[in-house]
This record gives sequence, C-alpha cells and structure tokens, in this order.
Amino acid sequence: MTVTTTSRKGQRNAELMAIDLDLAPRTPERAVPTPITITRDYSTPDRIFRRGVQASGVGVFLLLVAIGSFLAWSGWPAFQKAGWSFFTHSGPVVPGAHPSFGVLASLTGTVEVAFVAMIFGAPIAICTALFLSEYAPLRTRRSLIAMIDLAAAIPSIIFGLWAFFELQPNVVGFSTWLSRHLAFIPLFKVTSPPLNASIFIAGLVVGIMIVPIVASICREVFSLAPAGEREAALALGASKWQMIRTVVLPFGRGGMIGAVMLGLGRALEETIAVSIILAGSYKVTHQILQHGGSTISQLIAINFGSGGTLGLHDLLLCGFVLFLLTLVINLAASAIVNRSRSGAGVDL
Amino acid sequence: MTPDGTTQTAPKGVLVTTTSASTQSAPLRDQPAVVPPATAEGMLPPTPPRPRRLPTPIRPSAFGAQDVAILVGAALSALCLVWIVFYQLTSLSGGLGFLICWYLAFLGLTWFGTAQIIERQVATDRVVAVVVVSAALLVVGIVIFIVGWVTYKAVPTIHWGSLFTKDQKNFEVADPNALAHVGILHAIIGTIEQVLIAVAIGVPFAIATAIYLNEVRGFGSRTVRTVVTAMSGTPSVVAGIFIYSMLILTHVLNYSGFAASLALVVILLPSVTRVVEEVLRVVPSGLREASQALGAPEWRTVWSVVLPTARSGVVTAVLLGIARIVGETAPLLFTAFGSQVKNWNPFLHDQGALPLVIWSDVRQAQPVLIDLAFQAAFVLMALVLILFVLARIFSRAKGKGRAKTRPDEDDFLARVFIPIPIEEREEST
Repeated sequence: MTVTTTSRKGQRNAELMAIDLDLAPRTPERAVPTPITITRDYSTPDRIFRRGVQASGVGVFLLLVAIGSFLAWSGWPAFQKAGWSFFTHSGPVVPGAHPSFGVLASLTGTVEVAFVAMIFGAPIAICTALFLSEYAPLRTRRSLIAMIDLAAAIPSIIFGLWAFFELQPNVVGFSTWLSRHLAFIPLFKVTSPPLNASIFIAGLVVGIMIVPIVASICREVFSLAPAGEREAALALGASKWQMIRTVVLPFGRGGMIGAVMLGLGRALEETIAVSIILAGSYKVTHQILQHGGSTISQLIAINFGSGGTLGLHDLLLCGFVLFLLTLVINLAASAIVNRSRSGAGVDL
Repeated sequence: MTPDGTTQTAPKGVLVTTTSASTQSAPLRDQPAVVPPATAEGMLPPTPPRPRRLPTPIRPSAFGAQDVAILVGAALSALCLVWIVFYQLTSLSGGLGFLICWYLAFLGLTWFGTAQIIERQVATDRVVAVVVVSAALLVVGIVIFIVGWVTYKAVPTIHWGSLFTKDQKNFEVADPNALAHVGILHAIIGTIEQVLIAVAIGVPFAIATAIYLNEVRGFGSRTVRTVVTAMSGTPSVVAGIFIYSMLILTHVLNYSGFAASLALVVILLPSVTRVVEEVLRVVPSGLREASQALGAPEWRTVWSVVLPTARSGVVTAVLLGIARIVGETAPLLFTAFGSQVKNWNPFLHDQGALPLVIWSDVRQAQPVLIDLAFQAAFVLMALVLILFVLARIFSRAKGKGRAKTRPDEDDFLARVFIPIPIEEREEST
C-alpha cells in the first residue's frame, strides 16, 4: 500500500495517517484468522470411535485365528497318536494299546457328496440364474428372486426332513434303475443291495440346498453384463441364446466359477441334512448308490457325546481338517467373485 | 414454399426448427418421386417389388400358436416314444428314470421339430429356453413343495392347546393321547433366548466391523475383509465344536443357552457384516462429504448420516441373519445340548431349541415324537418365513422418494425399457 501526501497542511495528518497506515498492514493480519492447517489429527471422540471400530475389526480377525488355533490345539493329541495315518486310514485303527483314528473314509465321502451335489446343483443353479436375469417376465421377476432367496433361508434340518421322508423313497427307485442299467459306470455299481441312506441321495439333497446360493450370486453377476454389448449382439441379429452365449456368459464366467466354488464350500460343510440321510460307516466307498458312507461333518455330529471308539480329540481334529478345507475353497471362491464384480461406490 | 417466408420472421423457438426441417425435407421428398421413374424407364426392365426378395424375418423371441403346437407335439411324441422304448423294447422300469428319459426326448424332439419347421438357430434358442425355464420351475416347485409338505404333515396333528404351553417332560409311550400332553414350549423358549443373546452380541459387533471396513478403512481393513469372507464359509459344525473346545472343554461354561448363543454369533457375525457392508457401500458418498464439509466429526457423520440412510438395509441384514441362525442345528448340538424340560435360564444347564427338538425327536421310533418333530419344523419354518417377509418389507421401504421416479437400478430390463420421463430428457439435452 502506497501513501502520497497531497498538501503540506496535511503533513502532520499524513504522518499520523502514515503511522496508521504503518499499522494498517498489521490490522488485516489480526482480523483475518490464521488459516487452519489441515491435518489428519482426529479429535478425541473421533479417535475413540476409530479405535473402537478398529478393535471390532481386529476382533473378527482374532476370532478366526482363535477358531483355527483352538481346534488345532485340541486336536493335536489325536494327531500325535495317529500321525499321518490319520489321513491314510479310515475308521478306528487299533495298533496295540493306543487306538488311533483315520479320517480317510469321511474325507472321500465328503468329496463324493460334494461332487454329486455339484453335478446336480450347479447346472440347475446356473439355469435358474439365467432365467431370473434373462428370461423371467419383469412382473414376476422380483417375486421369483424373493422365492429363491427364501429357499436359501429354509433351515437345513427341514431340507433333511423332506429328503428323508419324501425324496429318499422316490430316489431309491431311480438308484435301482441306475444301478441296473448303467452299472458299467464304476460309480453306479452296487455290491450290497440296500440303496437307501446312500451318498447319492445325500448329494442330491445338498445339491438342491446349494442351488439358491449359487443362483443368487450368478444372477447378480449375469445382470452386470453390459447393456451395450447385449444390445449390440441383439442388433446384429443374435437370438437370445446367442446373446447369452456371446455376451452374458463370457462376462459372468469368473463370477460363475466363484459362485460354484462357494456352493462347493457349502456342500462340503453341510451337516444336518447329510446326517439325517447317511447312516455312517468307516469304509472308503466309491459305490455312491448303496447304503453307507460318511462325511466329516456327519461324523462329528453323529459321534459327538457318544463316547465309543472315537475320542473327542479325533472329532476336533476332523473339525480342524474340515475348517481348513472350507477356508481354502471359500477364500479362493470369494477372490474370484470379487475380481469379477466392480466395487465402485455410488456417487451423487 | 410460400409458408417459408412467413415463418422466417417468427421468433426463434420450437417453430423455426420444425419449419426449417420441413423446407429441407420437401425437395428431398420430391426427388425420389421424380428421378427413379426416369432412369427405370430408359434402362432397366421392371423389377419385382422389393418386399418379396427379402426372406420373411425370423424372430426367435416371438412365441405364437405354432410354437405352442411344436412344444405340445414334442411332449406328446416324446411320451409315446419313450414309453415304447422304455417299457416295450428295453423293458426298463422306474418312475423317475422314465421322467428323465422323457424330458431328454422332449428336448431332442423340440429341437428337431423347430429346426424342421422354423430354423436351426431358432431351435437351439428354443431348447435352451425350455431348459432354463424348466430348471427354474423345478427350483421354485421344490421350495413350494417343501413349505407345503411340512405344513401338510404338521398342521393336522397339531394339538394347539398344548403345543405352545407344554414341554416334553410328560411324554409317555403308552399314552394314547400323548400329543395333548407334550409341546415344544421348552424349545421355543430356548430358541428365542439363544437367538436374542446372539443378536445382542453379534449385531453391534458386525455393524462396527462393517463401519470399519467401509467408513474408517484403517490399517488392515483389507485383511479383515478377507477374514470376514473366509469366516462366512465357516462350517456351522465347526462353530459349535470351536465354542465347545474353547469354553466347555475348559470348564469356563457348562452346556447352556449362552454357549449356544456364542456359537451362533460365530455364524451371525460374518453374514451380517457382509450384508451391512454392502448396504453402507450404497450410501452416496456425497452425503458423507456434505456432512464433513459442515464440520461434523467422523463419528457424527457415521452416526447421524450414514447409518440412518442405511437403516432399512441394516434392518434387513439383521433379519436375514436371524433367519439364518434360527434354524442352525449343528452348533447347538455341542453347546445347548438339548433338553426335554423348560429352562428359562440361558446361563445354566442344558437348554432345548427348535432345531434340536426336530433333530432328536425325528430319530425316535415313536410316531408321536415324529409328529412333534414335524410340528416343531412347521413352527420353525413359519418363524423363518415371517422373518423373511419382514426383511422384504424393510428392504422395500428403502428410498421411497426415489423409487417412484426411477426404475429399479439393478434391473437391466427395467433400465432399458422403461422410458426416461420427459422432464429428465429435456434436462439432459
């Protein structure tokens, strides 16, 4: 700011003014508050809030670690006793004074049930998802989606009841038919006749139970297929199926694989419905149509508290094996699903 | 061209653009009327009219009487064909096997018939549509069948006077009227207490974790998200034996409803966290920024802006979580253990629960107990249905104001086919 004195009379005044004006540059400094430096320092309540919320996140992490470590810790004696024969033998092995236990039969049973479940469940689930996202009339779509979600909410014990009383009697006939006419396929061979309580029937139930889970993820992934490409395919004269084959399925492939793997994780862990169907046996069987077979979760549920030949530690070690198995599959599956789904937020 | 001069003077606006369009298109419209006859007369022989040279357009999506006829015909002929092959030529048997063979023959014949009558590509399209629709019908049919079947098995035998007022203490095998003396009150008490405690512990925990994952996004939130997804796949039986090995085996707790609630928390926590996180992600970030620009601290933004906006979604998540844990059986086997008598105290002694009643009674050889198991299954299913309907109602209540003006955003067809309202279209141009 420059000051020019225009008259001598006003010299004194000007001096005074100059003093004022000397001060003048300082006054605005005082009037304008010093600019706030923006930092990432949070206020105390915010800090408490952040810490608290973070603590719950860490708590979830610790919970998972605790599940793994407690099961491993309490199953360790069983592993010490059995060694690696835990994975290579089935049923109670009695070498001398220390009865040990092998999980092999239940492990193969688990895989077989899940395999049957995926063979039946996955195609039906993907078709259902396609129906919901592509074929269903708009008016009924919402209620159909609600119905599929409801199927996911039906307790597994009710599925088990239904399978035991209603599905099994019908499927036994079909199993007989398969074993009689398709016996050249090794899986369908039957050596000892009763065909109820089989891995095949358990797999069917589990297959039905995973349909809603797989279908709802697949539907979501299918509906994310870009509208432009869909319209482009249709505009080029593609039929609906050609459009689905060239646009929807390739776009949804990752999500589809992930969804099927999530279903697989669910199929491996299913406990109650399988326990109602399967009678349980400690023999490795590949004849899925006939009576017998067991899964890890069924083994735990049936033998818990019954004492008998199975020690508690054996069961807990089985639980640990199941935990690791599903953990690996679910992590892989959710990684695949997440990659195929855009995580962008909604902005105003 | 006389109206041209008069409209030129008109003020600029909608009218001018329309008239200028008409003046330009007028000569264009005249040209083809005049020119083609001149060239055609001189050089070309009269060509056949254009529409005949084009093949009739095939619309795979069109579905008329002919298509219905093809489907019905294929179904009937498949029935005859399979009947002949199945029973007469190869003497197979079995109802379900017949049905599956019929279905496969039906698909084949549908393809063949459509390919012969219409077109091969249409045939493939049609067969895929039939497969997809029948798969969906199968699933929906099974759901309806299960719900109806449980109702059908349970309701006729229900003794309403005792079902909700008595426990299983007074069951006697010889009693001809045993159903009047037993009920599932003990199980209902147990289920309600266990689920409520699990919700009281699990839901705040889950919401806090979801806030950490989506709002605070601090150090390690990525790991926690992975952990949550990993945990949501935790086998329910593992949740049970975890609590068993950690608390009951070490004599911290006895078999009790509280131990059961803790096992249920392990299942409830990841599922609620995931859904709440999805819900929080949909809260527009503009709202958060507005709140922070007004000087609100972070906790205030979350508490007064984010959570109220996501309220209905959070309620839906909680209800679906409850529907999930209310029917869990496997974790309760190792924690609540089950009991035949009522026990109001969830912290002491064994406690019954609805799934446990089904599980233990259905394996008894007593018809009365099996009836009771079905009744418990019916009550459990009704509970799940009610929770589910409530969840639907709450999720429907989301964003009332917006839903009226905009079509459903997840719905592809709705987005494509519902025309944009006129006001919006004018804004955008």
